Amino acid sequence: MTTVPRRDRPGFYYPKPPATWWLRRPNYVLFMLRELSSVFIAIFLVLLLVQIHQLSQGPAAYAAFVERLRSPGWIAFHVVALAFALYHSITWFNLTAVVQVVRLGERQVPPRLVAAANFLLWGVVSLVILFFFLLGG
Amino acid sequence: MSEETITLEVTRYRPGHDREPRAQTFSVPYRKDWVVLDALNHIKDRTDGTLSYRWSCRMGVCGSCGMMVNGVPKLTCAAFLRDYHPGPIRVEPLANFPVVRDLVISLDDFMEKLRRVKPWIIREVEKPVAEGEYLQTPAQLDLYKQFSMCINCMLCYAACPVYGLDPVFIGPAAIALGYRYNLDSRDEGYRIRQPILTEAVGVWDCTFVGECSVVCPKGVDPAAAIQRSKVAGAKEWFMSMLLPWGGR
Ligand code: SF4
Ligand code: FES
Repeated sequence: MTTVPRRDRPGFYYPKPPATWWLRRPNYVLFMLRELSSVFIAIFLVLLLVQIHQLSQGPAAYAAFVERLRSPGWIAFHVVALAFALYHSITWFNLTAVVQVVRLGERQVPPRLVAAANFLLWGVVSLVILFFFLLGG
Repeated sequence: MSEETITLEVTRYRPGHDREPRAQTFSVPYRKDWVVLDALNHIKDRTDGTLSYRWSCRMGVCGSCGMMVNGVPKLTCAAFLRDYHPGPIRVEPLANFPVVRDLVISLDDFMEKLRRVKPWIIREVEKPVAEGEYLQTPAQLDLYKQFSMCINCMLCYAACPVYGLDPVFIGPAAIALGYRYNLDSRDEGYRIRQPILTEAVGVWDCTFVGECSVVCPKGVDPAAAIQRSKVAGAKEWFMSMLLPWGGR
């Protein structure tokens, strides 16, 4: 179905949102932050790919790369990226609970319970990864 | 004894005269049991009879009194002055809609969108009246009841930045109502309605800001309806790619 482009009616006043519309409500700001978080997560993933590539270039190249990551700038970046990743994940889990209706028989499982299950799973997976990490380190 | 008053900054716009809306200040008696709509009625009765705005039921049912109160979409018949004390209270026409005059906005776009999602029960073959009603169990009713509470007040459109930036988006309430009929056990219109909901200007325009559900006075949660329609649409698309005989 095609939509006919809107034609302005004479006499009507057509408001236009200003470029700063997203500062108007707390929820808009949070939304923009959630969108922005993807930039940081993307940079982190590129970095991870580069790191894996360095691994294939031999121990010396890898060590040099890791050394560069120790700079205050990169550490600051990782702290920010981690904060964004956490924010993104937490809001995502809360949202999936609303989106994915889980039913047991005729009753709907309360969204909060679904979110709790998500968080629990997340925690367990994180612990398992941490365990292997500590084992390897 | 002088009565306490509260200040209202009301948007005025006279078509054909004003190039853009401007605010006019009114002072009204401050009564704890008054809502913003009472204050507007007071202005219209006592101060300026030319002030234009819509309202009807004064009890949160008709959905016609939606305006921006201090920048937030509200039913003015449910927005108490006491919650904005000591004021001033800014009263503006619903955001994102063309302004017809003062606080009156144009409904045309919303009405067209509402019709587009066919918010009524579609049957392949209507059964004769003599055969009685289409029956439904309480559990079947529960599936969609929340989405049927919509009063078409359009507060969700005023809260939606996507609609504000690009009004071709079919919008929260229309999708919620389309979804409501898709969930109705008596309905057979899914095949007709779902393509309309999942077209480009439908659910996929939504970036899930979620403010529509925050401002909805009826707890409809249109954001949930939109995201669930996305999930249903995506599932069908996958199935149609995977299975030779198509989706569902
Ligand atoms: S979904 Fe809620 S906010 Fe939107 S029109 Fe319906 S009742 Fe109003
Ligand atoms: S006057 Fe009917 S909803 Fe406010």
